[in-house]
Amino acid sequence: MTKLTINGREVAVTSGPDTPLLWVVRDELRLTGAKFGCGAAQCGACTMYVEGQPARSCITPVSSVEGQKITTPEGLSGKVADAVRAAWQKHDVAQCGYCQSGQIMAAVALLTEKPGVDDAGINEAMSPYLCRCATYSRIRTAIHSASTALRA
Amino acid sequence: MFTQRIDHLLDANAKPALNRRGFLLVSAAAAGAGLTLGVMVPGPRGSAQAAGEAGQAVFNPFVRITPDNRVIVLSKHLDKGQGAATGLSTLVAEELDADWAQMRVDFAPANTALYANSAFGVQGTGGSSAMANSFEQYRKAGAAARAMIVGAAAAKWNVPADSITVVKGVVSDGKNSAMLGDLAEAASKRSVPAEPKLKDAKDFVFIGKSFPRLDAVAKTTAQPIFTQDVHLPNMLTATVARPPRFGGTVTSVDATAAKAIAGVVDVVQIPQGVAVLASSTWAAIQGRDALKITWDESKAETRGSDALIAEYRKLAENPGTSVRKEGDAAAGLKTAVKTIEAEFVFPFLAHAPMEPMNCVMQMKDGAVTIWTGSQLQTVDQNVAAATLGVRPEDVSINTLWAGGSFGRRAVYNSDFVGETAALVKAYGKPVPIKIVWTREDDIKGGYYRPLVLHKVTAGVTADGKIAGWQHRIVTQSIMTGTAFETVAVKNGIDNTSMEGVGDTPYAIPNLEVDLHSPKNGVPPLWWRSVGHSHTAYVMETIIDELAALAGKDAVEFRLALLEKHPRHVGVLKLAAEKAGWGAELPKGTARGVAVHESFKSFVAQVAEVRIVAGKAKVDRVVCAVDCGIAINPDNIAAQMEGGIGYGLGAVLHSQITLKDGRVEQSNFDGYQVLRFDEMPSVEVYIVPSAEAPTGVGEPGVPPIGPAVANAVAVLSGKRIRTLPFDLHNLDGGA
Repeated sequence: MTKLTINGREVAVTSGPDTPLLWVVRDELRLTGAKFGCGAAQCGACTMYVEGQPARSCITPVSSVEGQKITTPEGLSGKVADAVRAAWQKHDVAQCGYCQSGQIMAAVALLTEKPGVDDAGINEAMSPYLCRCATYSRIRTAIHSASTALRA
Repeated sequence: MFTQRIDHLLDANAKPALNRRGFLLVSAAAAGAGLTLGVMVPGPRGSAQAAGEAGQAVFNPFVRITPDNRVIVLSKHLDKGQGAATGLSTLVAEELDADWAQMRVDFAPANTALYANSAFGVQGTGGSSAMANSFEQYRKAGAAARAMIVGAAAAKWNVPADSITVVKGVVSDGKNSAMLGDLAEAASKRSVPAEPKLKDAKDFVFIGKSFPRLDAVAKTTAQPIFTQDVHLPNMLTATVARPPRFGGTVTSVDATAAKAIAGVVDVVQIPQGVAVLASSTWAAIQGRDALKITWDESKAETRGSDALIAEYRKLAENPGTSVRKEGDAAAGLKTAVKTIEAEFVFPFLAHAPMEPMNCVMQMKDGAVTIWTGSQLQTVDQNVAAATLGVRPEDVSINTLWAGGSFGRRAVYNSDFVGETAALVKAYGKPVPIKIVWTREDDIKGGYYRPLVLHKVTAGVTADGKIAGWQHRIVTQSIMTGTAFETVAVKNGIDNTSMEGVGDTPYAIPNLEVDLHSPKNGVPPLWWRSVGHSHTAYVMETIIDELAALAGKDAVEFRLALLEKHPRHVGVLKLAAEKAGWGAELPKGTARGVAVHESFKSFVAQVAEVRIVAGKAKVDRVVCAVDCGIAINPDNIAAQMEGGIGYGLGAVLHSQITLKDGRVEQSNFDGYQVLRFDEMPSVEVYIVPSAEAPTGVGEPGVPPIGPAVANAVAVLSGKRIRTLPFDLHNLDGGA
């Protein structure tokens, strides 16, 4: 048994200690917002927050985050999250949508830390997140748009 | 035990409920609480059933209206990001005069009689055909429903039908008014008009406007809409160990260690390999890693890419099957004062959609149910039926939203569905089984854009005209040996091998094109834009080089050769104008241009490129597109942006290579694709048109490679003919 705090709730999971957090959350807790894209920390589709910081859950053994606060895309909330989702919808960012949970997690983390982030900062923060539909320019636009809305 | 807990784990805004079959389902209550989901999040019965669900008024196979005033459009096309579901809903909303906020979309069940793609004759999505083949069909469906609604209102209010208006979903005769949902049940019982009157284009209120995608909310609130998200009671998750070389088979398997892993339920041999069934995905992955398999590779493909390229090069020394002959290329070339002899090599490419392949299937009491992003429902249905020994009508398909495809989910032999069926059969128990492909499975799994070699000799005369053009293509046929052979292969020529060359619009007086179609053991497949993914590159870089040899401007040279092709001319002029073609650029930046028709849409692109540390850096792309009537301009722009990004990643970075028959790449570290900081700024301009709409999913891809290559040639003097660009250092001389 491993004790986790997921989206503010304490849970005990039975998956083995080496099981990646992604599969514990998806298969055992049935929270499927974080996606399986590569299993090798190459794409960012599996992003969750561990203690508020984006982490690649596909390579994070569940035992390594025992007792820590984990946020999944389903648990993402607050002013920045609302602004980012609204901007994503306004600019119709998503195409297939499969990577967008991870993109949104990354964007919310970025704007939480740097509300007035510039293009260079966006490049640095977002380049580890793959999108095969190449929605990148709309992601950039939406981040700027959310940034403006948050600072208004 | 977790069903109780999940409700509390979630943001209340996206509160799921488990329905009685245990699948995560966004509840109507959540939708009512302010979360407007444009998509019908699929339950275990998934896609809407043809007969309709309780309370839905069924107007025709495409339109239903609920008493609570939702208009449900049944999309016969898979939406894998290209926006088809929103596009089809737009057509219905237009003719129904609905309000966009009441539109919902679900995927149609597998039913070839009702939902065939008129371009294929089977139910399926591809060839950028969704809007083209559905434009009238879905408008008629909306118009028929509207006529029935008006008829019901007229009868109810005892007024003439022509006194009734429908505006934004409100039906009124000036005195009485009702919502569509109020009249739906009575209206659906009325006779269906055979030829409902369609609107004049001048009266369109939806078509030509950019209404937001119906899936935008679901896709930004982490909803479980993908195959990967399906969880069913007693479901097992499986991985499959497939042969390390294409064509290999299992000799023996030692599953002792695999079966000892906690969560592994069984290990089953199937024709495709060895499957590990487990209670969780991780156990299935670990179990597979623990298998000890001996493979029989006596019939496997053991050649590497280098050997295949050498074979193709050898073939290219002699003429293949003649594809096109205009004038006399050899004689024409003798009049050339400047000649290019060029060989191009294009690598195998994986589609690599973000959602790796997967499929869920259950067989119970002779009925088979499939949950997957099904892109060729008829073929998927037939393959599952044949594998499991049932009739196709015993197989129901719940088509789910797909996390990309780019061609990979439309497979002539339904490889990923057939494999799941084989496992369901071999395991033999009536539980649902989900096969999950890892990224490594996806990258190594074949069904690639084939390896292609082009050999071109072309030249210009002293007065700057094209003297002659000999063009030889060597590539595997995608269609030969498939169910599509009869339509796609004529006289031994697979159209997808040479489309974009054999049918070039350029007025080339002495042109000869021929084709070799060697076989090898690597399964080929259409990859976003199919043959155009390489033919446009060759045509548009050679044309560009000829223009340079002739001392002509690259745009003017093309225009002179396209006099009989006004739609090519239209996009080319528009892109050039918007890009400021000819205007000065900062030192170190150059423009390149390309124009290409694919899938009956016309696209021109101008790329602004720099060379940074030996690599091409694309700053800006100006794209002009003519796809007939623009149904949703913003979605057209999105598809051009996406096509440019997809194509650019491929030409810059991507290659699948084989060493002794084994694929050398396995994940996104080796199979590089476009990343965020490489995405150029893209501007899209749409040529106004009254022509019937054509596709946009693929046509944005072909021009980007040659546009960038042509700019690189200006900057470096290098003509890149072996892809990807990463094989070359573009800094001067090196």
